[in-house]
Amino acid sequence: MSGIFGAFTATHLLYLAQGAVWTVALSMLAFLLGGIAGFGVMLMRISRWAWLRAASAAVSQVVQGIPLMVLLFLSYYGVGMMGIDVPPLLAASLAMMIYTSVFLGDIWRGSVESMARTQWEAAECLSLTRWQAIRLVIVPQAVRLSLPSTVGFLVQVLKSTSLASVIGFVEITRAAQIVNNAIFQPFLVFSLVGAFYFLLCYPLSRWSRQLERKLNVRNR
Amino acid sequence: MQATPSEREAAQEGDFVTYDLNFPALWPYWPQFLDGIRLTLALTAAATTLGLCLSILVAIGRRSDSPALRTLCGIYVEVLRNTPFIVQIFIFYFGLSSAGIQMSAAVAAALAMVINVGAYGAEIVRAGMDAVPPGQIEAAECLGLSRPRIYWHVVMQPSLERVYPALTSQFVLMMLMSSVASQISTEELSAVANNIQSDTYLSLETYIVVAALYVVLALLLKLCFWAIGEAVFRRRRMLRQAARHNRIAVQGGA
Repeated sequence: MSGIFGAFTATHLLYLAQGAVWTVALSMLAFLLGGIAGFGVMLMRISRWAWLRAASAAVSQVVQGIPLMVLLFLSYYGVGMMGIDVPPLLAASLAMMIYTSVFLGDIWRGSVESMARTQWEAAECLSLTRWQAIRLVIVPQAVRLSLPSTVGFLVQVLKSTSLASVIGFVEITRAAQIVNNAIFQPFLVFSLVGAFYFLLCYPLSRWSRQLERKLNVRNR
Repeated sequence: MQATPSEREAAQEGDFVTYDLNFPALWPYWPQFLDGIRLTLALTAAATTLGLCLSILVAIGRRSDSPALRTLCGIYVEVLRNTPFIVQIFIFYFGLSSAGIQMSAAVAAALAMVINVGAYGAEIVRAGMDAVPPGQIEAAECLGLSRPRIYWHVVMQPSLERVYPALTSQFVLMMLMSSVASQISTEELSAVANNIQSDTYLSLETYIVVAALYVVLALLLKLCFWAIGEAVFRRRRMLRQAARHNRIAVQGGA
Protein backbone atom coordinates (compact mmCIF):
# COMPACT_ATOMS: atom_id res chain seq x y z
CA MET A 1 0.00 0.00 0.00
CA SER A 2 1.28 3.43 -0.80
CA GLY A 3 0.07 6.88 -1.77
CA ILE A 4 -1.37 9.42 0.60
CA PHE A 5 -3.58 6.86 2.29
CA GLY A 6 -0.67 4.63 3.29
CA ALA A 7 -1.83 2.14 5.89
CA PHE A 8 -5.23 3.78 6.18
CA THR A 9 -7.88 1.18 5.34
CA ALA A 10 -11.65 0.83 5.29
CA THR A 11 -11.53 -0.65 8.79
CA HIS A 12 -10.05 2.57 10.11
CA LEU A 13 -12.67 4.57 8.28
CA LEU A 14 -15.41 2.44 9.82
CA TYR A 15 -13.91 3.00 13.26
CA LEU A 16 -13.94 6.74 12.68
CA ALA A 17 -17.55 6.54 11.48
CA GLN A 18 -18.53 4.81 14.71
CA GLY A 19 -16.83 7.61 16.62
CA ALA A 20 -18.75 10.11 14.51
CA VAL A 21 -22.04 8.55 15.57
CA TRP A 22 -21.04 8.98 19.21
CA THR A 23 -20.05 12.60 18.59
CA VAL A 24 -23.52 13.31 17.23
CA ALA A 25 -25.18 11.33 20.03
CA LEU A 26 -23.26 13.14 22.76
CA SER A 27 -24.00 16.51 21.15
CA MET A 28 -27.71 15.77 21.03
CA LEU A 29 -27.71 14.52 24.61
CA ALA A 30 -25.79 17.56 25.80
CA PHE A 31 -28.06 19.93 23.93
CA LEU A 32 -31.24 18.23 25.15
CA LEU A 33 -30.22 17.95 28.81
CA GLY A 34 -28.47 21.30 28.74
CA GLY A 35 -31.52 22.89 27.16
CA ILE A 36 -33.80 21.64 29.92
CA ALA A 37 -31.37 22.67 32.65
CA GLY A 38 -30.66 25.92 30.81
CA PHE A 39 -34.33 26.80 30.93
CA GLY A 40 -34.15 26.35 34.69
CA VAL A 41 -31.05 28.52 34.86
CA MET A 42 -32.83 31.20 32.84
CA LEU A 43 -35.84 31.10 35.20
CA MET A 44 -33.53 31.48 38.19
CA ARG A 45 -31.72 34.38 36.60
CA ILE A 46 -34.95 36.33 35.99
CA SER A 47 -36.42 35.32 39.34
CA ARG A 48 -38.29 37.83 41.49
CA TRP A 49 -36.05 37.00 44.43
CA ALA A 50 -32.87 39.03 44.35
CA TRP A 51 -30.87 36.40 46.25
CA LEU A 52 -31.72 33.71 43.69
CA ARG A 53 -30.79 36.01 40.82
CA ALA A 54 -27.48 36.87 42.48
CA ALA A 55 -26.70 33.27 43.41
CA SER A 56 -27.44 31.88 39.95
CA ALA A 57 -25.49 34.69 38.29
CA ALA A 58 -22.51 33.95 40.54
CA VAL A 59 -22.65 30.22 39.79
CA SER A 60 -22.88 30.96 36.05
CA GLN A 61 -19.86 33.22 36.27
CA VAL A 62 -17.85 30.56 38.07
CA VAL A 63 -18.79 27.77 35.67
CA GLN A 64 -18.01 30.00 32.68
CA GLY A 65 -14.58 30.60 34.20
CA ILE A 66 -13.71 26.88 34.25
CA PRO A 67 -12.35 25.33 31.07
CA LEU A 68 -14.64 22.60 29.75
CA MET A 69 -11.75 20.14 29.92
CA VAL A 70 -11.34 20.72 33.65
CA LEU A 71 -15.12 20.45 34.04
CA LEU A 72 -14.96 17.06 32.33
CA PHE A 73 -12.24 15.85 34.67
CA LEU A 74 -14.17 17.18 37.67
CA SER A 75 -17.29 15.33 36.62
CA TYR A 76 -15.33 12.16 35.83
CA TYR A 77 -13.53 12.01 39.17
CA GLY A 78 -16.39 13.59 41.10
CA VAL A 79 -18.90 10.95 40.01
CA GLY A 80 -16.18 8.35 40.54
CA MET A 81 -15.95 9.45 44.14
CA MET A 82 -19.50 8.24 44.71
CA GLY A 83 -18.09 4.77 44.39
CA ILE A 84 -19.45 3.83 41.00
CA ASP A 85 -17.32 2.74 38.11
CA VAL A 86 -18.07 5.73 35.88
CA PRO A 87 -18.97 5.09 32.29
CA PRO A 88 -17.31 7.92 30.33
CA LEU A 89 -20.62 8.67 28.60
CA LEU A 90 -22.20 9.52 31.96
CA ALA A 91 -19.36 11.78 33.06
CA ALA A 92 -19.19 13.43 29.63
CA SER A 93 -22.92 14.11 29.45
CA LEU A 94 -22.96 15.49 32.98
CA ALA A 95 -20.13 17.94 32.27
CA MET A 96 -21.54 18.88 28.87
CA MET A 97 -24.96 19.41 30.41
CA ILE A 98 -23.62 21.79 33.06
CA TYR A 99 -21.55 23.67 30.48
CA THR A 100 -24.44 23.92 28.00
CA SER A 101 -27.04 24.89 30.57
CA VAL A 102 -25.02 27.82 31.88
CA PHE A 103 -24.36 29.28 28.44
CA LEU A 104 -27.88 28.65 27.12
CA GLY A 105 -29.29 30.11 30.33
CA ASP A 106 -27.28 33.24 29.66
CA ILE A 107 -28.37 33.48 26.01
CA TRP A 108 -32.04 32.97 26.86
CA ARG A 109 -31.94 35.36 29.79
CA GLY A 110 -30.65 38.00 27.40
CA SER A 111 -33.53 37.57 24.99
CA VAL A 112 -36.15 37.39 27.75
CA GLU A 113 -34.81 40.56 29.30
CA SER A 114 -34.90 42.35 25.97
CA MET A 115 -38.66 41.86 25.77
CA ALA A 116 -40.52 45.12 26.21
CA ARG A 117 -41.69 45.81 29.78
CA THR A 118 -45.16 46.46 28.44
CA GLN A 119 -45.46 42.80 27.48
CA TRP A 120 -45.16 41.84 31.14
CA GLU A 121 -47.56 44.61 32.14
CA ALA A 122 -50.13 43.61 29.53
CA ALA A 123 -49.94 40.02 30.74
CA GLU A 124 -50.50 41.24 34.28
CA CYS A 125 -53.52 43.28 33.17
CA LEU A 126 -54.99 40.11 31.70
CA SER A 127 -54.55 38.72 35.22
CA LEU A 128 -52.15 36.04 34.03
CA THR A 129 -49.96 34.61 36.75
CA ARG A 130 -46.22 35.14 36.43
CA TRP A 131 -45.74 31.58 35.23
CA GLN A 132 -48.53 31.98 32.66
CA ALA A 133 -47.00 35.23 31.48
CA ILE A 134 -43.63 33.55 31.00
CA ARG A 135 -45.12 30.51 29.30
CA LEU A 136 -47.71 32.17 27.06
CA VAL A 137 -46.39 35.66 26.39
CA ILE A 138 -42.68 36.02 26.99
CA VAL A 139 -41.15 32.69 25.96
CA PRO A 140 -42.89 32.35 22.56
CA GLN A 141 -41.53 35.76 21.55
CA ALA A 142 -38.14 35.30 23.17
CA VAL A 143 -37.60 31.97 21.43
CA ARG A 144 -37.67 33.66 18.03
CA LEU A 145 -35.26 36.30 19.22
CA SER A 146 -32.81 33.82 20.71
CA LEU A 147 -32.86 31.37 17.81
CA PRO A 148 -29.74 32.65 16.00
CA SER A 149 -27.56 32.54 19.12
CA THR A 150 -29.00 29.19 20.15
CA VAL A 151 -28.14 27.63 16.81
CA GLY A 152 -24.74 29.31 17.00
CA PHE A 153 -24.20 27.72 20.39
CA LEU A 154 -25.18 24.33 18.99
CA VAL A 155 -22.09 24.62 16.79
CA GLN A 156 -20.10 25.32 19.94
CA VAL A 157 -21.55 22.21 21.63
CA LEU A 158 -20.73 20.02 18.62
CA LYS A 159 -17.13 21.18 18.63
CA SER A 160 -16.84 20.94 22.40
CA THR A 161 -17.77 17.25 22.46
CA SER A 162 -14.28 16.68 21.03
CA LEU A 163 -12.93 17.39 24.52
CA ALA A 164 -14.77 14.36 25.91
CA SER A 165 -11.88 12.42 24.37
CA VAL A 166 -9.73 13.41 27.38
CA ILE A 167 -11.76 11.23 29.76
CA GLY A 168 -11.66 8.29 27.38
CA PHE A 169 -15.03 8.69 25.70
CA VAL A 170 -14.52 7.29 22.21
CA GLU A 171 -16.11 9.90 20.00
CA ILE A 172 -14.53 10.81 16.68
CA THR A 173 -11.54 12.74 18.04
CA ARG A 174 -10.60 9.92 20.42
CA ALA A 175 -11.15 7.41 17.62
CA ALA A 176 -8.80 9.46 15.46
CA GLN A 177 -6.15 9.43 18.18
CA ILE A 178 -6.44 5.67 18.43
CA VAL A 179 -6.22 5.18 14.66
CA ASN A 180 -3.31 7.59 14.50
CA ASN A 181 -1.46 5.71 17.22
CA ALA A 182 -1.77 2.58 15.10
CA ILE A 183 -0.76 3.89 11.68
CA PHE A 184 0.83 7.28 12.42
CA GLN A 185 -0.77 9.34 9.67
CA PRO A 186 -1.67 12.38 11.78
CA PHE A 187 -2.20 14.78 8.92
CA LEU A 188 -4.57 12.50 7.04
CA VAL A 189 -6.51 11.25 10.05
CA PHE A 190 -7.01 14.56 11.79
CA SER A 191 -7.82 16.36 8.54
CA LEU A 192 -10.55 13.80 7.90
CA VAL A 193 -11.93 14.39 11.35
CA GLY A 194 -11.68 18.16 10.90
CA ALA A 195 -13.61 17.83 7.64
CA PHE A 196 -16.32 15.85 9.43
CA TYR A 197 -16.77 18.59 12.03
CA PHE A 198 -16.76 21.23 9.33
CA LEU A 199 -19.46 19.44 7.33
CA LEU A 200 -21.69 19.37 10.40
CA CYS A 201 -20.91 22.82 11.77
CA TYR A 202 -20.71 24.98 8.68
CA PRO A 203 -24.36 24.54 7.60
CA LEU A 204 -25.45 25.26 11.17
CA SER A 205 -23.30 28.40 11.27
CA ARG A 206 -24.80 29.57 8.00
CA TRP A 207 -28.30 28.85 9.23
CA SER A 208 -27.60 30.84 12.38
CA ARG A 209 -26.38 33.81 10.36
CA GLN A 210 -29.39 33.58 8.04
CA LEU A 211 -31.77 33.63 11.00
CA GLU A 212 -29.99 36.64 12.38
CA ARG A 213 -30.31 38.51 9.12
CA LYS A 214 -33.99 37.66 8.82
CA LEU A 215 -34.70 38.90 12.33
CA ASN A 216 -32.90 42.17 11.78
CA VAL A 217 -34.94 42.86 8.68
CA ARG A 218 -38.15 42.27 10.58
CA ASN A 219 -37.10 44.45 13.45
CA ARG A 220 -36.38 47.38 11.24
CA MET B 1 -1.22 12.12 54.31
CA GLN B 2 -1.92 10.74 50.91
CA ALA B 3 -4.93 8.64 50.10
CA THR B 4 -3.89 5.47 48.35
CA PRO B 5 -6.32 3.79 46.00
CA SER B 6 -7.01 1.04 48.52
CA GLU B 7 -7.90 3.58 51.18
CA ARG B 8 -10.21 5.18 48.71
CA GLU B 9 -11.89 1.87 47.94
CA ALA B 10 -12.31 1.26 51.65
CA ALA B 11 -13.95 4.64 51.94
CA GLN B 12 -16.35 3.73 49.21
CA GLU B 13 -17.57 0.53 50.76
CA GLY B 14 -20.09 1.96 53.22
CA ASP B 15 -23.62 2.87 52.29
CA PHE B 16 -22.75 6.53 52.54
CA VAL B 17 -19.94 8.33 50.85
CA THR B 18 -17.39 8.72 53.58
CA TYR B 19 -14.46 9.93 51.55
CA ASP B 20 -13.06 13.22 52.82
CA LEU B 21 -11.41 15.66 50.50
CA ASN B 22 -7.77 16.08 51.40
CA PHE B 23 -6.61 19.50 50.20
CA PRO B 24 -3.60 20.03 52.52
CA ALA B 25 -1.78 17.17 50.78
CA LEU B 26 -1.62 19.35 47.66
CA TRP B 27 0.19 22.17 49.46
CA PRO B 28 3.74 20.94 48.62
CA TYR B 29 2.86 21.15 44.93
CA TRP B 30 2.17 24.87 44.80
CA PRO B 31 5.43 25.73 42.93
CA GLN B 32 4.27 23.41 40.14
CA PHE B 33 0.84 25.03 40.03
CA LEU B 34 2.60 28.37 39.83
CA ASP B 35 4.74 27.21 36.90
CA GLY B 36 1.60 26.03 35.16
CA ILE B 37 -0.09 29.37 35.71
CA ARG B 38 2.95 31.14 34.32
CA LEU B 39 2.88 29.15 31.09
CA THR B 40 -0.90 29.53 30.74
CA LEU B 41 -0.51 33.29 31.08
CA ALA B 42 2.40 33.36 28.63
CA LEU B 43 0.35 31.43 26.06
CA THR B 44 -2.57 33.78 26.61
CA ALA B 45 -0.37 36.86 26.24
CA ALA B 46 1.02 35.57 22.94
CA ALA B 47 -2.41 34.59 21.66
CA THR B 48 -3.87 37.96 22.63
CA THR B 49 -1.24 40.27 21.14
CA LEU B 50 -0.43 38.32 17.97
CA GLY B 51 -4.04 37.19 17.62
CA LEU B 52 -5.26 40.78 17.71
CA CYS B 53 -2.84 41.76 14.93
CA LEU B 54 -3.92 38.76 12.86
CA SER B 55 -7.59 39.55 13.47
CA ILE B 56 -7.20 43.10 12.21
CA LEU B 57 -5.25 42.00 9.14
CA VAL B 58 -7.79 39.31 8.24
CA ALA B 59 -10.70 41.68 8.85
CA ILE B 60 -9.10 44.17 6.45
CA GLY B 61 -8.53 41.31 4.00
CA ARG B 62 -12.19 40.31 4.14
CA ARG B 63 -13.19 43.85 3.21
CA SER B 64 -10.57 44.32 0.50
CA ASP B 65 -11.35 45.04 -3.14
CA SER B 66 -9.60 41.91 -4.36
CA PRO B 67 -12.07 38.99 -4.60
CA ALA B 68 -9.25 36.44 -4.28
CA LEU B 69 -8.07 37.90 -0.98
CA ARG B 70 -11.65 38.16 0.27
CA THR B 71 -12.33 34.49 -0.51
CA LEU B 72 -9.05 33.38 1.00
CA CYS B 73 -9.69 35.21 4.26
CA GLY B 74 -13.28 33.94 4.27
CA ILE B 75 -12.17 30.32 3.91
CA TYR B 76 -9.63 30.76 6.71
CA VAL B 77 -12.23 32.20 9.07
CA GLU B 78 -14.91 29.60 8.30
CA VAL B 79 -12.59 26.60 8.51
CA LEU B 80 -11.11 27.68 11.84
CA ARG B 81 -14.46 28.61 13.34
CA ASN B 82 -16.19 25.37 12.38
CA THR B 83 -13.64 22.83 13.61
CA PRO B 84 -12.69 22.03 17.21
CA PHE B 85 -9.56 23.57 18.65
CA ILE B 86 -8.25 20.19 19.80
CA VAL B 87 -8.31 18.87 16.21
CA GLN B 88 -6.58 22.05 14.99
CA ILE B 89 -3.85 21.68 17.57
CA PHE B 90 -3.36 17.99 16.65
CA ILE B 91 -3.07 18.76 12.95
CA PHE B 92 -0.71 21.58 13.76
CA TYR B 93 1.55 19.70 16.13
CA PHE B 94 1.52 16.08 14.92
CA GLY B 95 0.82 16.91 11.29
CA LEU B 96 3.67 19.39 10.96
CA SER B 97 6.10 17.17 12.84
CA SER B 98 5.27 14.26 10.54
CA ALA B 99 5.96 16.62 7.64
CA GLY B 100 9.40 17.23 9.13
CA ILE B 101 8.76 20.60 10.77
CA GLN B 102 9.77 20.26 14.41
CA MET B 103 8.83 22.71 17.10
CA SER B 104 8.40 22.59 20.85
CA ALA B 105 4.94 21.82 22.19
CA ALA B 106 4.64 25.26 23.79
CA VAL B 107 5.46 27.05 20.53
CA ALA B 108 3.05 24.85 18.60
CA ALA B 109 0.33 25.54 21.17
CA ALA B 110 0.94 29.28 21.05
CA LEU B 111 0.83 29.31 17.24
CA ALA B 112 -2.33 27.22 17.13
CA MET B 113 -3.93 29.61 19.61
CA VAL B 114 -2.93 32.65 17.57
CA ILE B 115 -4.35 31.13 14.40
CA ASN B 116 -7.55 30.11 16.16
CA VAL B 117 -8.20 33.40 17.93
CA GLY B 118 -7.30 35.26 14.73
CA ALA B 119 -10.32 33.73 12.99
CA TYR B 120 -12.78 34.54 15.77
CA GLY B 121 -11.29 37.99 16.28
CA ALA B 122 -11.46 38.76 12.56
CA GLU B 123 -15.23 38.25 12.55
CA ILE B 124 -15.60 40.51 15.57
CA VAL B 125 -13.38 43.28 14.16
CA ARG B 126 -15.10 43.05 10.79
CA ALA B 127 -18.51 43.47 12.40
CA GLY B 128 -17.19 46.62 14.06
CA MET B 129 -15.79 47.98 10.80
CA ASP B 130 -19.01 47.22 8.94
CA ALA B 131 -20.92 49.19 11.56
CA VAL B 132 -19.11 52.46 10.76
CA PRO B 133 -21.73 54.65 9.07
CA PRO B 134 -20.71 55.51 5.48
CA GLY B 135 -21.67 59.11 6.18
CA GLN B 136 -18.76 59.44 8.59
CA ILE B 137 -16.28 58.28 5.97
CA GLU B 138 -17.78 60.68 3.43
CA ALA B 139 -17.57 63.48 5.96
CA ALA B 140 -13.91 62.69 6.54
CA GLU B 141 -13.32 62.74 2.78
CA CYS B 142 -14.99 66.13 2.58
CA LEU B 143 -12.60 67.39 5.23
CA GLY B 144 -9.77 66.33 2.94
CA LEU B 145 -8.29 63.65 5.18
CA SER B 146 -5.98 61.23 3.41
CA ARG B 147 -7.12 57.62 2.99
CA PRO B 148 -4.76 56.16 5.63
CA ARG B 149 -5.85 58.78 8.12
CA ILE B 150 -9.52 58.09 7.42
CA TYR B 151 -8.84 54.40 7.88
CA TRP B 152 -7.08 54.92 11.18
CA HIS B 153 -9.15 57.69 12.77
CA VAL B 154 -12.63 57.10 11.38
CA VAL B 155 -12.79 53.36 10.69
CA MET B 156 -10.24 51.54 12.84
CA GLN B 157 -10.27 53.37 16.14
CA PRO B 158 -14.04 53.71 16.68
CA SER B 159 -14.73 50.16 15.52
CA LEU B 160 -12.04 48.69 17.80
CA GLU B 161 -13.51 50.65 20.67
CA ARG B 162 -16.98 49.38 19.85
CA VAL B 163 -15.98 45.71 19.66
CA TYR B 164 -13.51 45.84 22.55
CA PRO B 165 -15.83 44.02 25.01
CA ALA B 166 -16.57 41.21 22.54
CA LEU B 167 -12.91 40.94 21.64
CA THR B 168 -11.74 40.70 25.23
CA SER B 169 -14.31 38.06 26.15
CA GLN B 170 -13.00 36.07 23.20
CA PHE B 171 -9.50 36.39 24.65
CA VAL B 172 -10.72 35.18 28.05
CA LEU B 173 -12.30 32.17 26.32
CA MET B 174 -8.96 31.60 24.62
CA MET B 175 -7.22 31.55 28.00
CA LEU B 176 -9.63 28.82 29.10
CA MET B 177 -9.10 26.96 25.83
CA SER B 178 -5.35 26.94 26.37
CA SER B 179 -6.05 24.01 28.71
CA VAL B 180 -6.39 21.91 25.55
CA ALA B 181 -2.68 22.46 24.94
CA SER B 182 -2.06 19.94 27.73
CA GLN B 183 -3.06 17.29 25.18
CA ILE B 184 0.16 17.88 23.24
CA SER B 185 2.12 17.86 26.51
CA THR B 186 2.53 21.59 26.91
CA GLU B 187 3.20 21.98 30.63
CA GLU B 188 0.53 24.57 31.35
CA LEU B 189 -1.91 24.56 34.25
CA SER B 190 -4.05 21.59 33.14
CA ALA B 191 -1.04 19.46 32.29
CA VAL B 192 0.42 20.24 35.71
CA ALA B 193 -2.89 19.07 37.19
CA ASN B 194 -2.62 15.82 35.24
CA ASN B 195 0.87 15.23 36.60
CA ILE B 196 -0.04 16.05 40.18
CA GLN B 197 -3.12 13.86 40.21
CA SER B 198 -1.20 10.88 38.88
CA ASP B 199 1.43 11.58 41.57
CA THR B 200 -0.95 11.84 44.49
CA TYR B 201 -4.13 10.00 43.42
CA LEU B 202 -5.96 13.10 44.70
CA SER B 203 -7.72 13.61 41.37
CA LEU B 204 -10.84 15.40 42.53
CA GLU B 205 -8.96 17.71 44.89
CA THR B 206 -6.42 18.59 42.22
CA TYR B 207 -9.05 19.45 39.66
CA ILE B 208 -11.06 21.47 42.17
CA VAL B 209 -7.95 23.52 42.92
CA VAL B 210 -7.21 23.95 39.22
CA ALA B 211 -10.81 24.92 38.46
CA ALA B 212 -10.63 27.56 41.19
CA LEU B 213 -7.33 28.84 39.79
CA TYR B 214 -8.87 29.16 36.32
CA VAL B 215 -11.85 31.06 37.70
CA VAL B 216 -9.49 33.48 39.47
CA LEU B 217 -7.35 33.83 36.34
CA ALA B 218 -10.45 34.56 34.24
CA LEU B 219 -11.59 37.24 36.69
CA LEU B 220 -8.13 38.83 36.83
CA LEU B 221 -7.90 38.81 33.05
CA LYS B 222 -11.29 40.52 32.74
CA LEU B 223 -10.15 43.14 35.26
CA CYS B 224 -6.93 43.63 33.33
CA PHE B 225 -8.76 44.10 30.03
CA TRP B 226 -11.14 46.57 31.65
CA ALA B 227 -8.19 48.62 32.96
CA ILE B 228 -6.47 48.53 29.57
CA GLY B 229 -9.71 49.62 27.90
CA GLU B 230 -10.01 52.57 30.27
CA ALA B 231 -6.42 53.59 29.55
CA VAL B 232 -6.50 53.14 25.78
CA PHE B 233 -9.89 54.53 24.86
CA ARG B 234 -9.65 58.13 25.94
CA ARG B 235 -12.94 59.02 24.32
CA ARG B 236 -14.89 56.74 26.62
CA ARG B 237 -13.26 58.34 29.67
CA MET B 238 -13.95 61.83 28.40
CA LEU B 239 -17.59 61.01 27.70
CA ARG B 240 -18.06 59.70 31.19
CA GLN B 241 -16.36 62.74 32.66
CA ALA B 242 -18.55 65.05 30.62
CA ALA B 243 -21.61 63.15 31.74
CA ARG B 244 -20.58 63.55 35.35
CA HIS B 245 -19.98 67.25 34.96
CA ASN B 246 -23.20 67.98 33.22
CA ARG B 247 -25.18 65.45 35.22
CA ILE B 248 -26.95 64.42 32.07
CA ALA B 249 -26.89 61.01 30.49
CA VAL B 250 -24.71 60.92 27.41
CA GLN B 251 -26.06 58.55 24.84
CA GLY B 252 -23.98 55.44 24.12
CA GLY B 253 -20.79 55.22 22.06
CA ALA B 254 -22.08 55.23 18.48
